[in-house]
Amino acid sequence: MHQLTIAELVKGLLNKDFSSVEVTQHYLDRIARLDKVYNSYITATPALALAQAAVADKRLAAGNAPALCGVPIAHKDIFCTIGVRTSCGSKMLDNFIAPYNATIVDNYLDSGVVMLGKTNMDEFAMGSSNETSYYGPVKNPWAIDCVPGGSSGGSAAAVAAHLAPAATASDTGGSIRQPAAHCGLTGIKPTYGRVSRWGMIAFASSLDQAGILSRTAEDAAILLNDMASYDTKDSTSVERDVPDYTTTLNDSLKGLRIGVPKEYFGEGLNPETAAHVEAAIKVYESLGATIHSISLPHTGLSVPAYYVIAPAECSANLSRMDGVRYGHRCENPKDLNDLYMRSRSEGFGDEVKRRILVGAYALSAGYYDAYYSKAQKVRRLIKQDFVDAFQNVDVIIGPTSPSPAFKFGAKSKDPVSMYLEDIYTIATNLAGLPGLSIPCGFVENKPVGLQLIGNFFAEARLLNAAHQFQQATNFHQQTAPGIE
Amino acid sequence: MQWETVIGLEVHVQLATKTKIFSGASTAFGAEPNTQACAIDLALPGTLPVANEQAFRYATMFGLAVNAEIGKRSVFERKNYFYPDLPKGYQTTQLAEPIVGPGFVDLELEGGRTKRVRIHHAHLEEDAGKSLHEDFAGMSGIDLNRAGTPLIEVVTEPDMRNAEEAVAFAKKLHSIVTSLEICDGEMSQGSMRFDVNISVRPKGQEKLGTRTETKNLNSFKFMEEAIALEVERQIDVLEDGGKIKQETRLYNGDTKKARSMRSKEDSNDYRYFPCPDLLPVIIDDEYIESVRKQMPELPEAKRARFVEQYGLSDYDAGQITMDKFAAAYFEAAATFFKNTASQTGETKLIANWIMADLGAYLNRTEQRIDQSPVTPELLSGLVVRIKDGTLSSKIAKQVFEAITNGEGNADTIIETKGLKQVSDTGALEKIIDDILAANTAQVEGYRAAAEDKRAKMLGFFVGQAMKASKGQANPQALNELLVKKLNG
Repeated sequence: MHQLTIAELVKGLLNKDFSSVEVTQHYLDRIARLDKVYNSYITATPALALAQAAVADKRLAAGNAPALCGVPIAHKDIFCTIGVRTSCGSKMLDNFIAPYNATIVDNYLDSGVVMLGKTNMDEFAMGSSNETSYYGPVKNPWAIDCVPGGSSGGSAAAVAAHLAPAATASDTGGSIRQPAAHCGLTGIKPTYGRVSRWGMIAFASSLDQAGILSRTAEDAAILLNDMASYDTKDSTSVERDVPDYTTTLNDSLKGLRIGVPKEYFGEGLNPETAAHVEAAIKVYESLGATIHSISLPHTGLSVPAYYVIAPAECSANLSRMDGVRYGHRCENPKDLNDLYMRSRSEGFGDEVKRRILVGAYALSAGYYDAYYSKAQKVRRLIKQDFVDAFQNVDVIIGPTSPSPAFKFGAKSKDPVSMYLEDIYTIATNLAGLPGLSIPCGFVENKPVGLQLIGNFFAEARLLNAAHQFQQATNFHQQTAPGIE
Repeated sequence: MQWETVIGLEVHVQLATKTKIFSGASTAFGAEPNTQACAIDLALPGTLPVANEQAFRYATMFGLAVNAEIGKRSVFERKNYFYPDLPKGYQTTQLAEPIVGPGFVDLELEGGRTKRVRIHHAHLEEDAGKSLHEDFAGMSGIDLNRAGTPLIEVVTEPDMRNAEEAVAFAKKLHSIVTSLEICDGEMSQGSMRFDVNISVRPKGQEKLGTRTETKNLNSFKFMEEAIALEVERQIDVLEDGGKIKQETRLYNGDTKKARSMRSKEDSNDYRYFPCPDLLPVIIDDEYIESVRKQMPELPEAKRARFVEQYGLSDYDAGQITMDKFAAAYFEAAATFFKNTASQTGETKLIANWIMADLGAYLNRTEQRIDQSPVTPELLSGLVVRIKDGTLSSKIAKQVFEAITNGEGNADTIIETKGLKQVSDTGALEKIIDDILAANTAQVEGYRAAAEDKRAKMLGFFVGQAMKASKGQANPQALNELLVKKLNG
C-alpha cells in the first residue's frame, strides 16, 4: 500500500479498494517500526490520524467528498497545528502548542486530508542538511550515512522512506528543492504569495514559501490544488484564482522554450551531476522543447545577498521568542536581562544564533547601507535577470544542487560551504519565482535533482514539464534501498 | 543673559478604531488584563499582521486637517528592541515613508497673537502593552490589551518658544482629533500623550541648544509645569557654566519633580528595516478625496459658521468650538431656542451660559458636557424665560441651580417657586410707595441732590425695592418707575 502514489490512493479510496483508516494505520505502523532509523518525524500523531481517517471514511461513504479526502500526509513541523506541538525543530518551541492552524493545515483539513504527524527539520528552517534540528539529524534513506538535505529533511526522508505518501514543506532558499534532489523526490516551491504563510513560523518573511514534497509531479499538482489559496490573514498572499494544476499535466511540450543558464554550470558543480542534468535537457529536446543558452549575470551575487537579507529578517522574526509569553524560559531569572539572555542562549542552537548575529549586524547603524540596503539592490538585479530571461524562454533548467547528498558532519563545521549548497536555488526565492526539483539520475546510488524555474505563477507550466519528463523517464519510480 | 526657549513636540494620538492596527482584537479601554490580546497581539509564532484600513482613513483625515501632504506610498518598518510589553521584539512603525508629510497648524494666543507651528510629519504605528510593576511580589506583570492599538505620532518642528505656545498647540491638536472623531481625547486614559523636546539658547543665537525630551505627559497642566521646570533647570545649569546632557526625562505630576530616565549614550540602535509582512500601502487621489468628503467639520470651519449662522462674536465662537461636545451642545440648545422663542441670531446669551454658569457647574461636579444633566433643551428653556423678561438674570441663576438639582425645567420651577419676575406696574408701584414712605429722609436727600449725584443715590432705593420684591422685580421697569416717583 505504501508504494501507491497520491493519485493512486485517491482512486483506491474512491473505489473503496481500501479505507482511509486502513491506509493511515498502514503508514502509522511503518512509522512506528522504521522511523527509529530515519528520525524523520518529530511528532507522530497516531490517535489524531486515526480519528481524522475515520471521519474521512464517513465523508467518503456519504459521497461528494473532496478529491483528497482520506489521504494521509505529513506536515513539516514549521506549520502550526491546534493541539499538536509545533517545535520548528527548536528547543525554544519544544513546549509550544499553537491555538490555531496554519492556513495550509486548515485547507487540507477541509479536504479531509489526514495528518500522520509533524516532520523533522533544521532549527527554524535554518540549514541545508537537517543537522541543526534540536531533535537530532535525519538520515537519508538512499544513503544512511548521508544527510537528506534541509531544511525540510524530515519531510523528504519520510516520503523517500515511504513513511508518508507526501509531505508539506517550506522553502526559503532551497529547503524544498534541495532535499527533493537529495532524496529522489519531486519538490515544488510555488510563487511567493501563491500559498498562505499564516501559521507557518517565519524564518525570512519575504522569502518563505510553503510547498510540497511528493513522489511524482502529478501528486504535487493534486496536492497544490488544495494547498494554494488567497488568504486575507496574510498580506503578502496574492488574490488570484488557483487553477486546477492537474488539467494541464499532459499538455505537449512541443515548442516549449527552455533556457539553460550558463552560470549554473560553472565551478563547483559535480561533473557527474552536470552530466545527468545535460542528459535530462536532451530528454526535453526529444519531447519537442527548444533549448536556449541564456545568462543570469547576477547569479554569483545571490548567496551573499541572501545571507544578508535572510538573517536580517530572521533576527527580527525570532525576537518574539524571549521567554516571556511562551517557549523556553530559563530557570530562576535574576532580572529581565538574565531572563532574555539565558532563555535565548539556552533555547537557540548555534546556527540560529549565528544568523541572528549576522542579521542584527547587517541592520545596525552604520552598516545598514553597506549590507542590508546593498543586498536589496542586488536582489532587484537578480529579479531583473529573470524578468529579462523570461522574455525569451518559458522554463529555465539547471541542477538543483551542486553535488549529491554529503556525509554527516562534512559541511557543518564550515558554514560557507553549507551555504553554497543552495547556490542554484536561492535566486528564485530572492526573485519570488516558482521552482521545482525532480530526480534525473544517480551518482553513486544517490539521486540527482533537476531544477525547473518558471515565471511568476507558472506552477502549472512547471508541473506539466515535470510530469512529461516523468512520463518519459523512470528516475522518480526508483525507491531507496530496503524500501519494498 | 536673556534666554530663549525652543520647544518641539511629539504627540502620540490613539486612534479610535474599533479594532487594533494589525489584528481584529478590540481596542476598548479598561478590560481585564490580557483579555483583549489575540494570538497576533501576543506575537505567537506563525501569526501575521494585516493592516486596519480605518487607521489609514483616520491618519489621512488628520493629514488633511493639518494641511499636510498625504504620503502616496506608506511603508511600515520594524523598530527593534526588547521589552516585555513589546511582544514581537519590534514595534511596527513608519520611518522613511510616513503617511502624513509636512503640514502646519495655526494657533491663536492671548491678546490676539497668532502663531504657526509646522508639522514635520505624522506616522502610523502600534502602541505597546503595559508593564505593571506593583502587586506582583518582585515580578512585573504584563498587560497586552493596549498592544497593537493604532497610534499616529505627530512630530512638530521646534517652532514653539514657551509653555503657553506648546500648551496652545496641544489643545489645538486635541480639538482637531476629537472634532474629526479619530481619537476620544481621553488624556487620563492615555489617548493622547505628549513628549516635549526642550532646549534653551541665548536670545539672538541661531544655533539650537542641546535638547532634552520629557516623555509621556498626559495633561495640559503637567505639560505646562514640566516645561517651566525643565526650562528653569536648563538655564540654571548653563548659567552655572554647566552643559546640558542630551537625555530622556520623566516628570512626576504628583511630586512636581522630574528625573533623568536615560541618556543618549544608552539609547538603542533600533535597526529599522521595512516590515516584510506588510506591503507598502499606495494611497491615490481618489482615496484622499473620498476621505475628505467624509471628514467631520473642523473647529475652524465650525467657528466661522457659528459667527455667520448664530451671530456669535468671533471670540465666543472660538471658545465654544474648541470643544466639539460644547459646540454640539450649543447647536442643540440654539435649535431649541429658535423653535420655542422663534428668535434667531439672539443666541449669544446661550453661549454665555454655556461658557460661564454651565461650565462652572460641570467643572465643579466633574461632569462632561455631553453627559450634562442640564440638557440643551433645559438650558434653552431657561434662556427663553430670561429673554422674554420672565426672569431677571439674578433669579435665573437660582432657577439654573434648581434645574441642576433635578427639579424640572425652568417653567416648572418658576411656577412652583413663584419666581416670576414682577413687571406689573401696579404691584411695583405699591412696593415703591411703601419704600419711599419708610425712607423719607433719603427721599428728601435725593430730591435735594444735584442731577449728577442722583444716579448713585438711586441704587439705595433699587436695592430696597428688590429686597422687598424678593428679587423678582423687573429691574428695568423698577428703575423707570422709581425715577418717575422720586422726581415726581
